[in-house]
Amino acid sequence: MIAATHAHTHETAQPVEHEHVALPQLRHHFETEEQQREAATFGMWLFLLTEIMFFGGLFFSYLLYRNWYYDAFVVASNQLSVPLGGINTAVLITSGFFMALGVWAAEVKKKGLLVLFLILTILFGCVFIGIKADEYHEKWEKHHIPGDHFDVAEFVNPHAYGLNEKPLPPDAANRTQIFFSLYFLMTGLHALHMLIGLGILFWLLWRAHRGDFSAGYVAPIENFALYWHFVDIVWLFLFPLLYLINRHPGA
Amino acid sequence: MTDHHHHDPSNITNPEHAEHHVVTPFTYGIVFGTLLIFTGLTVVAAYIDLGIFNPVVALAIATIKAVIVILFFMHIKYQSKLIKMTVGAGFFTFFGLVAMTLSDYITRAWGLW
Repeated sequence: MIAATHAHTHETAQPVEHEHVALPQLRHHFETEEQQREAATFGMWLFLLTEIMFFGGLFFSYLLYRNWYYDAFVVASNQLSVPLGGINTAVLITSGFFMALGVWAAEVKKKGLLVLFLILTILFGCVFIGIKADEYHEKWEKHHIPGDHFDVAEFVNPHAYGLNEKPLPPDAANRTQIFFSLYFLMTGLHALHMLIGLGILFWLLWRAHRGDFSAGYVAPIENFALYWHFVDIVWLFLFPLLYLINRHPGA
Repeated sequence: MTDHHHHDPSNITNPEHAEHHVVTPFTYGIVFGTLLIFTGLTVVAAYIDLGIFNPVVALAIATIKAVIVILFFMHIKYQSKLIKMTVGAGFFTFFGLVAMTLSDYITRAWGLW
């Protein structure tokens, strides 16, 4: 097939020898396994770049509103639990670590290890979602979800609630709703990406168990790992921006 | 597997010159440890009063962590120039959009802030 289009290199360049069996890692329209792998990685990164733009718009909104309504953002941000956010960061990094090990297990064709690492990836992903759900529930109970039932009491009169914050006038206190809107939108979209990822992980686990990825065909594991690590990176920025940077608002 | 050292003047057998590199669990372990250490650092730094540098330090640490994840967990260190360029171009475009949008908002009430 190469000979037909590149006759002048016929003697020196031969396609990889394979019988007329369609291997998933070398489909007939690719010349080499490397080329197919490269094409898949390239395509996956193009998708991830659209995701950067997607989350990027929200990060930009956060930047702008934080500058406009700084006081409201400081007190609202300090409502979040740093221990829970910190633990969740470590949990997510651990999940990503096991995903990376899963890619290695697929590369070296160790089926048992791949299945084990995928299970651990899923497990830590679920722990993250669980902690996140607990944080959301706390906001629900305190009426800190934006809307008709939003309660500004803790921001208008923080000392009555044992909070060491500056009391806000009612209009500024109401703008904490903008912080919480962005908080729920950004962490919610991040969590949605994780839930979609967990769904795909169960499918990959089933296929890995069947042996699909332990005979040289690594692309689905490799490219899903790119997605999973991308979702980690989004959190690596959400954690400091939402939880950390207002702890010491400066003199 | 393809022999990477054979004569291939027209780049037929490996057009992207992509050497496939398997990252070892040892490397992943070091990366994992580094990410956890930086997570601890960013929490500690948040409680030290650095004035306007608190957000700067937090974002710098987050950026370092993100670059480590991209280079090692996402294999960009070992990818072809095409993939490296693609990733770089994506971030460049994103920062360009941020800079242009910011320049709009900053100049709307020029001198009034």
